[in-house]
Amino acid sequence: MTDEGRRPQRIPNWWDEEDSTDKPASRSEEDIMADIQPITMPKWGLAMEEGMLARWTVDVGAAIELGQEIMDIETTKIANVFESPVAGVLRRRVVDDGDTVPVGALLGVVAGPDVTDEAVDDFVNAFLENFTPEESGEAGGPVPETVEAGGRRIRRLKAGSESGEPIVFIHGFGADLSTWMLNQAPLAEERPVHAIDLPGHGGSGKEVGDGSVEVLARAVLAYMDAEGLDTAHLVGHSLGAAIAATIALEAPDRVSGLTLVAPAGLGPEISGDFIAGFIKESRARKLRPYLEMLVADPDLVTADMVEDVLKFKRLDGALAALQAIAAANFDENTQRVSLRDRLGGIGVPVHVVWGEADRVLPASHAEGLPDNVTVTVIPGAGHIVHMEKAGEVNKVITGAS
Amino acid sequence: MASGLQLSREELGAVYRRMRTIREFEDAVHAEFSAGAIPGFVHLYAGEEASGVGVCMHLDERDAIASTHRGHGHCIAKGVEVGPMMHEIFGRKDGLCGGKGGSMHIADLSKGMLGANGIVGAGAPLVCGAALTAKTLKTGGVAVCFYGDGASNQGAVLESYNLAKIWDLPVVFVAEDNGYAESTASSWSVGGSQTGRGTGFGIPSREVDGADFFGVYEAAGEAIERARRGEGPSLLHVRLNRFYGHFEGDAGTYRLPEEVEAARKNDPIELFRQRVIEASLLSAEELDAADREISAEIRDCLAAAKAAPMPTEADLMTDIYVTY
Amino acid sequence: MSKKSYRQAINEALRQEMERDERVIIMGEDIAGGTGAAGDQDAWGGPMGVTKGLRPQFGGDRVLDTHLAEISFVGAAAGAALTGLRPVVELMFVDFMGVCFDQIFNQAAKFRYMFGGKAVTPLVIRTMYGAGFRAASQHSQCLYPVFTHIPGLKVALPSNAYEAKGLLTQAIRDDDPVIFFEHKAMYDEEMEVPDEPYAIPFGEANVTREGDDVTIVAFGRMVNFANQAADSLAKHGITCTVVDPRTTSPLDTETILETVEETGRLVVVDEAHPRCGMAGDIAGLVAERAFDSLKAPIKLVTAPHAPVPFSPVLEDIYIPGVARIEEAVRAVVEHDRKVAAE
Repeated sequence: MTDEGRRPQRIPNWWDEEDSTDKPASRSEEDIMADIQPITMPKWGLAMEEGMLARWTVDVGAAIELGQEIMDIETTKIANVFESPVAGVLRRRVVDDGDTVPVGALLGVVAGPDVTDEAVDDFVNAFLENFTPEESGEAGGPVPETVEAGGRRIRRLKAGSESGEPIVFIHGFGADLSTWMLNQAPLAEERPVHAIDLPGHGGSGKEVGDGSVEVLARAVLAYMDAEGLDTAHLVGHSLGAAIAATIALEAPDRVSGLTLVAPAGLGPEISGDFIAGFIKESRARKLRPYLEMLVADPDLVTADMVEDVLKFKRLDGALAALQAIAAANFDENTQRVSLRDRLGGIGVPVHVVWGEADRVLPASHAEGLPDNVTVTVIPGAGHIVHMEKAGEVNKVITGAS
Repeated sequence: MASGLQLSREELGAVYRRMRTIREFEDAVHAEFSAGAIPGFVHLYAGEEASGVGVCMHLDERDAIASTHRGHGHCIAKGVEVGPMMHEIFGRKDGLCGGKGGSMHIADLSKGMLGANGIVGAGAPLVCGAALTAKTLKTGGVAVCFYGDGASNQGAVLESYNLAKIWDLPVVFVAEDNGYAESTASSWSVGGSQTGRGTGFGIPSREVDGADFFGVYEAAGEAIERARRGEGPSLLHVRLNRFYGHFEGDAGTYRLPEEVEAARKNDPIELFRQRVIEASLLSAEELDAADREISAEIRDCLAAAKAAPMPTEADLMTDIYVTY
Repeated sequence: MSKKSYRQAINEALRQEMERDERVIIMGEDIAGGTGAAGDQDAWGGPMGVTKGLRPQFGGDRVLDTHLAEISFVGAAAGAALTGLRPVVELMFVDFMGVCFDQIFNQAAKFRYMFGGKAVTPLVIRTMYGAGFRAASQHSQCLYPVFTHIPGLKVALPSNAYEAKGLLTQAIRDDDPVIFFEHKAMYDEEMEVPDEPYAIPFGEANVTREGDDVTIVAFGRMVNFANQAADSLAKHGITCTVVDPRTTSPLDTETILETVEETGRLVVVDEAHPRCGMAGDIAGLVAERAFDSLKAPIKLVTAPHAPVPFSPVLEDIYIPGVARIEEAVRAVVEHDRKVAAE
């Protein structure tokens, strides 16, 4: 799509329209307007400035539901399906398959069946007329900050409202807070949401002590102390889920709910190949196969995703931290941490969500858990199910918190 | 002020042994090279022993020296072992440099010997660097550059005078002037004087007779102490005679036969013997015994070098980088 | 993580390594500026301002202005490296290397081999290269092939600010002599660069674009041009793999060969002259070791065998640009399609 296509010549805005005879007389323009909903390029993660609409998966004229997968979007960081934020009939595809547009740009229009084509056209034209892409950089949205907590430097991204029970996101081995890029913003609409980098990871200090879950759990608690979070709903992924569960066991009065995404500690097996390869490989082409083990669809792993992992691993102290954490928690194909027998003792609701095709920690670990644990196994997703099937995982989290 | 005659009997004995070791070593290399047993080319220090030994007697493990293509004498004077040196000159795997350096690149960093050098004048900047290390890390070390009259015309040397001066480095420049840059007389090729050049850069400079160990020792002591005190660089112009040609195989026709004969009569080792015997500091018997020991030592290390294994193809690609 | 220019990234690597290891010293002409003068003792912070602020932080003993005589201060840096310091010497323009080749080629590069593996020479020489500044023939050359030729030296060519910080950190920590090439036209280019120290290993190429049709190998500033060409071509259905070798010595031959085996076509982009340069070197490598993978002749996009001209009109023609890269890519793609059609 060309610039001319996106920015047509001056066409009267819908509110400039003098001749409104075509519009149903019984309805005000405001009502019609409320029925016309834009679908815009989402912002997935801080660095995202533009995205490519890889392909539409619904046709013009189709009725779409809230949360229905309507297109595939690719950024340099991630490729993913996009779930409709609105319901209605898809009336226009403004951007074609394969085109790259800035964050916030109009992709399509959804409206009720009684809205006229002209009104839709007017809406599109007005949007295009008024749209200016966000300046590159971080204008607007929240940005990660570093805070001191318990004598450690912790990087965190805080978003959302001040009121509501807070969520604290705890990533897994080798990841960082950006792993929640598809979860944090949607959940932030109704509550404060903190995503932190664990010690040894991302922009946090790289000192991890003996690398044990207990040390990392204390660091998370220290963060909650420093932020004045008396209680929080903890959402952990993989090793981060073992950390969250450990906090719930060791400091039960601090945890109001628990969502464990592909948690470590619920069975003996783990892919030692993944851990070893993740630590060892320093070239993108060599590391990629290991990152592809995280997903059901290897096409989701972008070059930037691989490079971001390498950039983290190159930081002074990062590799030593990973090695210490791996040594403390994994012995080749066996996990050292076992929380399975203790889950029944957790007094708050526990939700476990797993990607059926997980190649790092098998989804079979979700079988036979105690009665206080609700289990959701999502087909067609791997270990980073919260990225691959963000919408479904978000539903589990909101249902749980 | 360091006066050579204040040296102890033990120290004088050590001086004699070092000078004699250099002479024996060089005479042996001369004979072996003539016989075709040594590859490449070699430059011999015979006749110049009092310079290297007179300077290095003041140095210890903190100190560094840079040498020239005529480097065997400086190595021995700085305490490098003759066995590994000889093996190196024969290109053996267990030579000081694994057979990769040869005569012109013998180095022993563990002894503060930064290398003989195949590039004339190249040692002067390196010595400024070694002195910078000593100054920065406050080791108390001094760095000495030996270089010839030919090298004294190199920009590298003249620039180094300036750098050592403006950075106030603990450096001693020792211009070993044996009268010839290869076959070209220094009386023709050097404009002005060595000491005049040093003085021009604001560097205290002295001329000494290189056949007189005690003269060199005293002048070098003054310069090295100045450097150790943090008072910057000094320059010594040491006048010398080389007994052999520029390199082995040099017919030496640019020198008159009587010139070489006169030089050999002004032998620094013989002068040293006379002096210490006259002063009753060491006896002729002691010195003769040392001669016999050293002669046997060189004979043995020569035999060992000839019998030592050569490097293999596997050695070709090692020691290029620390990591690659 | 914050936006930093190429200049700031280099400054940060120097500062962090000087904080980490007191053996790291820096020296060069005007790297502080003002030594011996009555005014500001950090007047310039290097001719391009790269080392600004380091003199006030680390003092004159570790941030040394030199006299204007490259043989002696580059040689002194080599000697200091051989004896226990980790000097980073700035040699303003790579064009001046000719003044002190001996100290680099015959001294620093050779110590380890000549001394039988007993020498360690942790020397870094930072130098500016490249055309585009209207600086003419004696201040614009890309002489990295000359240094790449010499065993014992390592050669790094950072293509952006992130690469500059990580590669310089590696260079300073490396125990071998490294010639570090900074493109003078890139100092103001900004991108996200981590605040924490990090090192990028030498000899590991960066694949900046992944595609199916053509492998483009590019060096230094040319990596950015190659990326632009690849992005533009992608819109027309031609996808390119762009390889930034990061270091020409050591050279990641494995990545180059693997990607050529995947795409079957090679374009090499180099701002240096074509004779005895990296472009010919890579072409030779691929011709020797991946010949059977090639679907089309290799194309080289280089500067001409001419000195860098002064006049802006001529200099702009001289520098390989995005359009020439696109043209070369199209030519290699069309070649075998034409052959197939015939």
